[in-house]
Amino acid sequence: MNLTLKIWRQKGPNDKGQMVDYKVTDISEHMSFLEMMDVLNEQLVNAGEEPVAFDHDCREGICGMCSMYINGEAHGPDRGITTCQLHMRMFKDGDTITIEPFRANAFPVIKDLVVDRMAFERIQQAGGFISVNTSGNTQDANSIPISKHAADQAMDAATCIGCGACVATCKNSSAMLFVSAKVSQYALLPQGQVEATDRVLNMVAQMDLEGFGNCTNTGACEIECPKGISLENIARMNRELMKASVK
Amino acid sequence: MSGFFKSSIGRKVAMALSAFFLIFFLLMHVSINLLSVFSKDAFNTASHFMGTNPLIQFVMQPVLILGVVFHFVMGFVLELKNKKAQGVPYVKNNGAANSTWMSRNMIYSGLAILAFIVLHFIDFWIPEINHKYIAVLPEDPTRYFGELHHKFENPLRVGAYVLAFVFLALHLLHGFQSAFQSMGVNNKYSERIKKCAKGYSILVPALFIFIALFHFFTNH
Repeated sequence: MNLTLKIWRQKGPNDKGQMVDYKVTDISEHMSFLEMMDVLNEQLVNAGEEPVAFDHDCREGICGMCSMYINGEAHGPDRGITTCQLHMRMFKDGDTITIEPFRANAFPVIKDLVVDRMAFERIQQAGGFISVNTSGNTQDANSIPISKHAADQAMDAATCIGCGACVATCKNSSAMLFVSAKVSQYALLPQGQVEATDRVLNMVAQMDLEGFGNCTNTGACEIECPKGISLENIARMNRELMKASVK
Repeated sequence: MSGFFKSSIGRKVAMALSAFFLIFFLLMHVSINLLSVFSKDAFNTASHFMGTNPLIQFVMQPVLILGVVFHFVMGFVLELKNKKAQGVPYVKNNGAANSTWMSRNMIYSGLAILAFIVLHFIDFWIPEINHKYIAVLPEDPTRYFGELHHKFENPLRVGAYVLAFVFLALHLLHGFQSAFQSMGVNNKYSERIKKCAKGYSILVPALFIFIALFHFFTNH
C-alpha cells in the first residue's frame, strides 16, 4: 500500500518542531508499524536526509519503549498493544497517517518522536520497590500464604510496562494509572504492605513534583493501556493515600 | 492530613466530597419544587419552612454557598493545573476513541451551570434576601407558589432553565459516578453504582425541566 505520513520533526529539545509530510510506497500489510518506519528511514538515509528518531527496543510488546501517538491515539488505532505490535493491516492504501510524540510537559521531546520518560523512573525510585535482605537469607516465596485473588490482582498491576501511553492519552497528562499500578502491585502483597504508607506518600509526592496533571476519571488511560491496567488500581491508590494520610 | 489535601489525589477527594454535598442538595431542591406540581399548600408550607427556619437560613445556606464556591474554585484550579501539565497540543487527537464527551468537557458544562447559578442568584436569591432581610417585608406563608408560578411565565426564563438543566445532566452523567472512583470506590458494586448515578443524573434534571414546563404551560 502507498501511504502519506505526517510526522513531527524536531531537531532537539529547544527546537520548535513542525509536521513534515513523507510518502512511502509498497508497504506490506504484514509489516509492523515500526518496520514501516524502518522503510521510511532507509528511504531518508538513501536520499541523504536525517532519519526520523523514534524509540524502540524489544519489538515484542514487553519493554514499553515505542511511544508514538498515531492518528490521535497512543500506540495507534488498536487495543491492548504497543506500537511495535501495531500492524499495517490496520490501515488502507492511500491513507494519511499522523505520527506525533507522546505529549506532556513531564515528557519533554528529546528529538522527533523520542521523549524523555525519566519522570517515571524517578517516581519508581521514590517508592516502587520493597526492602528485603537478599544476602543468603531469602525466604521461600511459598512460605508466605497469599490468596489467589490478591496474587492475580498484584500480577495484573505488575504487568504495567511504564510505556507512558496513559499520560499521553490523558487530556490532563495524568500519570495516575502508572503510579497506581506500581502502588497496587506491592500494596496487595504482604511483602509490600510493610512499606505501604511511605511508598504511596512518596510516589504520589514525586508524581506531583514531576508536573503530571490530575486524574478526572475519563477512563481513556485504561482503554489505551497496552497491558489493560484497570482503573481499580487508581481507586486503590486513592484509598492507600487516604489511609496513609490519617496514620 | 493537611498535606493530603495539597496532593493531586487529595484535591480529587475534596472535589468528590463537595460534589456529593451538592448532589444531595439538588435532590432536596427538586423534591421541594416537585411539590408545586402536586399541591400548592404543601409547596408553600415547605418553602416557608426552608425560608424562615434559622438553622437552614443561617447555617445550611452559608454552608451551601461555600460548597458551591469551593466546587467551582477547585474545579478551575485543577483545570488550570491540568492545562499546564499538557504541554504542546496534539495536531490530531481522537479523544472520542477512548472517552465520553461529558468526561472531556466537565469544565464547559460546569461553566454553563455556573452561568445559570449566577442568573438564579440574581433572579431568585437576591430578591428573596431583599424581601426578608433588607426591605424586611411582612412574611406571607402563602406567597411562594404564586411567585414560582409567575417566574415561569417568561419563555426566555423557561428556555434558560431547560438549557441549564441539560448541561447539569451532562455534568452529572460523568461527575456523579466519577466521584465514587475518586473516593476509592471501585469494586463489585461499581456497575450498580454507575447505573444509579446515571439514573439520578437524568432523572433529577429532567424533573427540574418538567417543573419549569409544567408552570409555563399552566400559565398560558
